[in-house]
This record gives sequence, structure tokens and C-alpha cells, in this order.
Amino acid sequence: MRKEIIKLNVGPQHPSTHGVLRLLVELEGEVVVSCDPDIGYLHRGIEKLMENRTYHRSIPLTERVDYLAGAANSLGYILAVERLLGIEEIPPRARYIRVIVAELTRIASHLFWLATHGHDLGAMTPLFYALRDREVIMDFFEKWAGKRLFPNMFRVGGVAKDFPDGMEQEIRKFAEELPEKMKDYETLLTKNPIWINRTKGVGVLSIDEVLDWGLSGPMARGSGLDFDIRKVDPYLGYDEFDFVVPLGKNGDTYDRYLIRLEEMRQSCRIILQALDRMPKGDIMIDDYKVAFPPKEKVVNGEYLIPHYLLVVKGFKTPKGEVFHHTEAPKGELAFYIVSDGSEHPYRVKIRTPSFVNLQVISKLAKGRLLSDLIALIGTIDIVLADVDR
Amino acid sequence: MDIKKYTEKILSALPKEAVKSVQEFRGQVSLIVESERIIDVLKLLRDRFGFRYLIDLTAVDHLPNEPRFEVVYHLWCHAEKRLIRVKTFAKGEPPTISSVVGLWSTANWHERECYDMFGIIFDGHPDLRRILLWEGFDGHPLRKDYPVEGRDEKRNN
Amino acid sequence: MGIEQSGGILVTTLEKVVNWARKYSVWPLTFGLACCAIEMICTAAARFDIARFGMEAYRPSPRQADMMIVAGTVTKKMLPAVLRLYEQMVDPKWVMVMGSCATSGGVFRSYAVVQGIDKYLPVDVYVPGCPPTPDALLYGVTKIHEKIMQDKWLTKKYEHIKFPEKVKS
Repeated sequence: MRKEIIKLNVGPQHPSTHGVLRLLVELEGEVVVSCDPDIGYLHRGIEKLMENRTYHRSIPLTERVDYLAGAANSLGYILAVERLLGIEEIPPRARYIRVIVAELTRIASHLFWLATHGHDLGAMTPLFYALRDREVIMDFFEKWAGKRLFPNMFRVGGVAKDFPDGMEQEIRKFAEELPEKMKDYETLLTKNPIWINRTKGVGVLSIDEVLDWGLSGPMARGSGLDFDIRKVDPYLGYDEFDFVVPLGKNGDTYDRYLIRLEEMRQSCRIILQALDRMPKGDIMIDDYKVAFPPKEKVVNGEYLIPHYLLVVKGFKTPKGEVFHHTEAPKGELAFYIVSDGSEHPYRVKIRTPSFVNLQVISKLAKGRLLSDLIALIGTIDIVLADVDR
Repeated sequence: MDIKKYTEKILSALPKEAVKSVQEFRGQVSLIVESERIIDVLKLLRDRFGFRYLIDLTAVDHLPNEPRFEVVYHLWCHAEKRLIRVKTFAKGEPPTISSVVGLWSTANWHERECYDMFGIIFDGHPDLRRILLWEGFDGHPLRKDYPVEGRDEKRNN
Repeated sequence: MGIEQSGGILVTTLEKVVNWARKYSVWPLTFGLACCAIEMICTAAARFDIARFGMEAYRPSPRQADMMIVAGTVTKKMLPAVLRLYEQMVDPKWVMVMGSCATSGGVFRSYAVVQGIDKYLPVDVYVPGCPPTPDALLYGVTKIHEKIMQDKWLTKKYEHIKFPEKVKS
């Protein structure tokens, strides 16, 4: 029998690569001999663009890095800038709004992951269920900020706008109902023999491999590494909330699926706790050198001039460098900002979780079937803008 | 243990001539290391102090200054829950520094990205080629002398 | 189209009846580039239900698709692939540009991004927004429908696009 290695191009236009990922696969029959990802089809030069903008004007760019979790990305950036400026306290209401929005974003991102991951592996129905629940979150953002995907409402020193009337009750209702609705997904997938066959034992990672490949987020926790930045290096007062970090045992695709489902439930718990504790009051610090004055006061010259200067010139930051990491839905999102003391950052490095997590695919896919490759792309949970920036 | 004591503990274990200086800003410590000794220092930090997770590897271009390219490593210790930043300079033309792929597999793509964006050569890297931009791209876009909108006017417009 | 009252006879021109059938069976290409693709998927899902416009059959193969929705940032690395996909689609075909990035480069005025796909492809409808809401996309779909109804396919000759010189294929 003649053996031949076939070279196969998966992507950049392929329905299961979640965007414009291109995989150069070498196959021997159905078995993957080597898999080399070719990325950069969505490289937009965000880091270079940020060097030429003021700190505030970069916020919309950061939201578009990971477009499934826009608010989580701008949160990471804002926290890094606040650390650079030395702002340690923001008004408690703003802090809770940030936590709630970050957790809603996590749920939205995981729901979309569930929809596409299930769809890739042949389960069509979860897509409609998950997108149904995700639309509720999109409605919250639209009501609050006027935009669905990218609220763009976090500012240095607080948030730009308070929640509209009645939204807190709606969010509470959503967070209470979601765990019930998630039983639908569980009945569709968790004990489904096809789903189990396609995910159990696929893409197994040990803790040593996780450390070696620098994985984070559910990819690391699936293998049992207890690493959630909300717990180990708390920001935004996450240490005051009571929640559990789910850990996997086998480190395979199925475990990571269970972990992401559990994370959604824990996010609901955090949202409910935050809603309980949320006080009334300010949503922005009153240092008008860095933070925007309230919009209704801007007619007054005392507030108009700082507002004008902030918009036109931006604020100066102290010279130095900071690194701030947050737990984005896909893993560890870190911003490394080098400042030379001017209004623009000298260098911003966005350490995105997808970029780091994706490179392990060449190791995982080796020796597996081609159909497992699709499961692996799904389980890593990549967003191509997050990979390429 | 507070950050100062911990830094001193690390410094006492590292070879004296390897660490040039220590900076502290906003509670984060940076060790500035001789570029020849970078592998030794990182290996020591990984094996002895448990900094087993390379979060990030990147570079900064300080254009008029010499040496121009600063390479920055961020390490995380899971056991102690600590962050440390190690910085060094890539010297020469083209700027060259030893690769750390032997220590962490994750450094592979980080170093390829640095090569792509800054043109830093990582000595000992198994597969150093462009990662985000295509082969044949002119220049290294994150260098400070590269225009934001690109050099090739025809393809830009 | 007009309906004769007596005998239930439909009188119309051939062009119109074919266009009418065509406008309710536009099959888009499954082709997402960036953020706008997410909104495109939301449009296809249950709430906005693009099936109302006969467009639920997303085709992964360009040979079966009638319409390309350029949903997201087109980078210079991706441009040859986009053009190739457009070439592989069979006539008649339509191009809808979704979002500011594909329209004009949007916020990404950088070395890596194509400043508007209309320099390379004949665009029929632009949908503004960053990203456009599903409602906006559906409005664009109705605009495509209007355009299809005015298509003089019996007499028109299709103009083929000209490729730029320096694009890597």
C-alpha cells in the first residue's frame, strides 16, 4: 500500500475556524501529521495605533481586540492606566458596575463559545438556545450604552454612565434565571453520547504542559491548575465575592466544556452579590485632570475647560511602566504600558489569551484525526482579532 | 513577605555581575540584566524560585538611545503568586539576543512576533520567521521610525 | 407585476418575475472577517431571523453563493483571499459591505488594513456602523432586494473586476 502525505489548507475562509485562521495541515490518511497555524489575517496594528493616540482615545481600539468580550478588554486597559496614574480607589458604585459588566461579558463570551463549539461538532440546537440568552445581555448593553457588542463605557476613574432605571432588576432576573436555562444545554450536550465521543480524551493537557506552553484561563483550569487571576491577584475587589473556581481532572475538551458552563453559573453568583452590595452614588472620581466631569455640568466654565483639555490634549502620566493582568473570558489578558511622561503611551503590549493559547494546537493535533482538529479549535476558544490584534 | 525583602532574596541568589540594576514602580519590580546572562537568570528564576509561567515576552524600541531594543520578560510564580519583570537589551545590528524557547515552549510565538514587529533576531530559535505579517513585508512596523500608515503607499490607498 | 382580475392570470415581464424569485433566494457566503461577523451570526439566529428574507442558507462554498457580505476588517494579508473568493462566485453576484472597517478602514488607519474594500470589489450596498446592528444589516438586505428588482439581466453585460497589480495571490 502506498503511503502519501497530503497537504491540506484549512482556512482562512472556513466555517469552523471561527474567523480567518489558516491551518496548514499535513495528513496521512485521516491522521494529522503536523499542523502549522498561519495567523495574522486579522492583524490590524492596534498596538501601533495606540502609540499615536491619547489614553482615552485608545479605549475603543482595545474593545475591538477581543470582540466577543469587548468590555472585558477595555476593563483590562483602564485598570492598567489607572495603575499607571496611581488611582487606587474609584467610587464603589462604579466598581460594582464594572464587575457586573465584566461578568455579563464573560457570560456572553462563553455563550457564544458554546454556540459555535457545539455547531462545529454537529450540535445545531445549542446555537439557537445560547444566542437567545446572549441577546438578553446585548439588550442590556444597548440600553445602557447604545451599542450591542462594544459598550465603550469604561473611563479612567470610573464609568461614563450609570445604569438606566430598572436595569438592575432586569439583570437580577437574568442572573437568577440563567442557571435554570442552562439546564437546557446540559440536557442537549452533557450526556449526549456523540458529544462525549467527540470531546472526551481529545486534546489532553497535563499541568506541566500547561506551564510550559503558558496557557491560562479555562485551558489551564481544565488540567487542574488553580489559576484564576480574580483569586490569585485580585483586582476590582474581586476578593470580597464568594465564588468557586471550577477545576478539571482530565484536562480534555469535555472538562473544559464543563468548566466554562460552571464559570457562567459562578458569574451569575458574582453578579447577584454585586447587585446586592451596590450602593447609590457617584460613578466617577472628581479629579478632573484625568477623569471626565459629569456631562450635565459641562456647560459651566469651571468644568468646561478641564473637559475640553481632556478631550483635546488628554492627560499626562508619570514616567514608568506598568503591567496589569485581568481574567478575561478566554484567559489571562495583560496590558504592559510604557509611559515616557507624555499624553501618549510610549509602548502598549497587549498580551492576549488567544494568541498564547492557540500555539498549543500544533502539539495537540499531532497524531489525532482531522475531525478532532475542529474540536480543538473550539476548545481553545480563540477569537482571531484577539490572536492577531 | 513584602516586595522589598523578596527582591533582596532573589537578588542574593542571582549572580552579582548579571543584574545591573533594580527598578520599582507601582509595586512592580524590574530586574535589568546583562544580555549575555539572560538565559542563566531566567533559568535560575524558573527552577529555583518557581517562576514557571512566562506570561509575556515583548520588546520596546527606545529609538535615539543606544542600545535601542529592550526585551522584556514577565514571569509569574504560581506558588508565591508573584510577578517579576526581567529586562535586557538586544545589542548589535541586527539586534540579537538568545532565545528562551529551550526554557518555555510558549516563547516560540512571542519571539516570532518580536522578530516580526521589531526585527530582533533570537539566537537559537527553531523557526524564526514572520508570524503576523506576510513574508516579503517591508520593514518592522512597531519600530519607532516606521510610519503608522505604512510605507507602501500604493497598497495603502 | 400585475394581476388580471378575470381568470386569475398573472401578467408580468420575464425580467420582473425572475428578479422577484431571485430576490427571495439570495444565498450569502459564510464568510466572517471580524467583529461584524458576530452581528451577522446574530442576524441569522432566531431573534432577527434572516430566513424572513430568504437568506438563511449560508453557503460555505463560494461556488454556491450569490452574495458576499464583507463583514469586518479586510487586512492586506487577507485581501488576496477575499478577491479570490469573489472571483469564485458565479454571476449574478452581489457584494454588501458591512461596517466601517470594510467601508473605509474605520478606526484602523494603519499599515496593515485595507482602507476600504470598494477599491477592489464592486460594492452594491454599504451598511454603516461599528459594528452595524442586525436591524441595520436587514435594512441593507432590503436595499439589495430593491437593487435586484431593478436588475436588467436580459440586456446587461457583466463587467468583470480588474485586479490591482501588486496583490499577492
